[in-house]
Amino acid sequence: MTKDECKQVVLEIIADIAPDEDLSNVKPDVRLRDQLQLDSMDFLDIVMELRKRHSIEVPEKDYMQLASLDSCAEYLTPKFNALPAKS
Amino acid sequence: MNTRSHYDVAIIGAGMSGLAAGIRLAHFGKKVCIFERHNAVGGLNSFYSIAGRKFDVGLHAMTNFVRPGVKGTPLTKLLRQLRIERDEFALCEQKQSRIAFGPRGETSLRFTNDFAVLEAEVAARFPAQIDGFRALTAAVRSYDDVSLDAQPISAREVVRRHLADPLLEDMLFCPLMYYGSATERDMEFGQFVIMFKALFLEGFARPFEGVRLVLRVLLEKYRAAGGERRMKCGVKQIVTREGRATALVLDSGEEITADHVISSIGAPETERLCRAGFTPDRSGLNPDLQVGRLSFVETITILNRQPAALGWGSDTIIFFNDAERFDYARPAGRVDPRSGVICLPNNFDFGPGRELSEGVFRVTCLANYDPWAALPEEAYRAEKARVFAEVQRSARRFLPAVDDATLADATLTTDMFTPRTITKFTGHFGGAIYGAPVKHRQGRTALSNLYLCGTDQGFLGIVGAMLSGISMANYHILQRG
Repeated sequence: MTKDECKQVVLEIIADIAPDEDLSNVKPDVRLRDQLQLDSMDFLDIVMELRKRHSIEVPEKDYMQLASLDSCAEYLTPKFNALPAKS
Repeated sequence: MNTRSHYDVAIIGAGMSGLAAGIRLAHFGKKVCIFERHNAVGGLNSFYSIAGRKFDVGLHAMTNFVRPGVKGTPLTKLLRQLRIERDEFALCEQKQSRIAFGPRGETSLRFTNDFAVLEAEVAARFPAQIDGFRALTAAVRSYDDVSLDAQPISAREVVRRHLADPLLEDMLFCPLMYYGSATERDMEFGQFVIMFKALFLEGFARPFEGVRLVLRVLLEKYRAAGGERRMKCGVKQIVTREGRATALVLDSGEEITADHVISSIGAPETERLCRAGFTPDRSGLNPDLQVGRLSFVETITILNRQPAALGWGSDTIIFFNDAERFDYARPAGRVDPRSGVICLPNNFDFGPGRELSEGVFRVTCLANYDPWAALPEEAYRAEKARVFAEVQRSARRFLPAVDDATLADATLTTDMFTPRTITKFTGHFGGAIYGAPVKHRQGRTALSNLYLCGTDQGFLGIVGAMLSGISMANYHILQRG
């Protein structure tokens, strides 16, 4: 998985948990909280959807790594690539 | 190992809060089952049929209405957390509501889903109080009402710091108390804030089909997420050992086990399942287990025409009172007709050419459970008929005049619930719709894996009930991984 693909995965999750947000112009280097109305309940959902859909675990101490799309990609792409290949 | 059913989470009660908790947990892969004693879901907000006609109970209006695009409010949070599209509830807004005080409603404050209307009404009727009202509104807006560990303070005290006119004070408290307060005469300020926002800063709406549609959406989400549901299957005992709930005994005698148990049935009601011989504490010695003192009657009149045809077409909800001071307390007699709530569900804006097929005129008043509970069947029926007439007569003073013969001619049928009906269908001790006076914000109980949600956790109204289920599922189970 590339970092761009990883950002796409995160955007898909946000689109599902916050369908009332406009995601067409999300800036990758700006904190998600500063450009979208996401609260702590929504961030918890991003973490849980990552686990549910992609078996990616994000421990609580790493939640700040999900602040922007860029930081999500930095943090999550290696985790995606470390997953055992689907047979 | 044994062959009993085992769940990650067992939920007691399929009301709004239990269903919402179930949806969250099932969505994130928990094996969940909801146990419901009755054959209908919805708990305090449900419907029933008599002779093919469906009657809604509970829900007058969904509070917390905000228009699309307004974010960060309870309604938006709820829709996101339950993955419900706004359009699925298809909410239709109220026309206008009124708070009417005095023997004929001489002092009246109108409000709509636009807060500026209420503000202008207060400025017109209570010009000396408008600055205080604005300061109170600012205090409400800035209060952190979702904190799970706020210290309780008296709402009356806070309001009196801003308002010097007891009539305005009572008029503001009346709707907020009727739509969710389990305590007499005063509210905890955090609860006041939640209700002030829910009714005045946000507003009223309902789906055309009423509570049935809300329940259908919730059930469909729950089923699609893989949740199980067992109807006509009450829980009669929670087996405890070493500070944990280890099993649930069902009405049939069957036992099931679960890692976590969420109970939506109320704090003292849950305690009774844990402790053989527990009787509700009416003495107040153990405040955590007090039974609520407030109950209600509601009269339902089905009309063969729209209320507008009787001249009752403008108001959706009317909160009325003619006592010198508004007295939100357990009445001495069976009912207190001096104050109450009128609901005309036809008067939501359902869109051009769309109206409910029949007219509905509902009136809710405060009632006292004990004298109702003690009545033998025949006397109970006679009292219902007497109180029905008393309540309806009182409420009609606050509506444009319609003579008795015209109303009788327009009436297709009537029904009524009493505190006794509430206890029979919801299991709430004392007919206490809003539960016990002491709330358990964190949902904790004496058992480490048993949590409360719903009425006695303390988020109010139907949106509050659903948020309660969501919050408790998140806080106690999902956040722990």
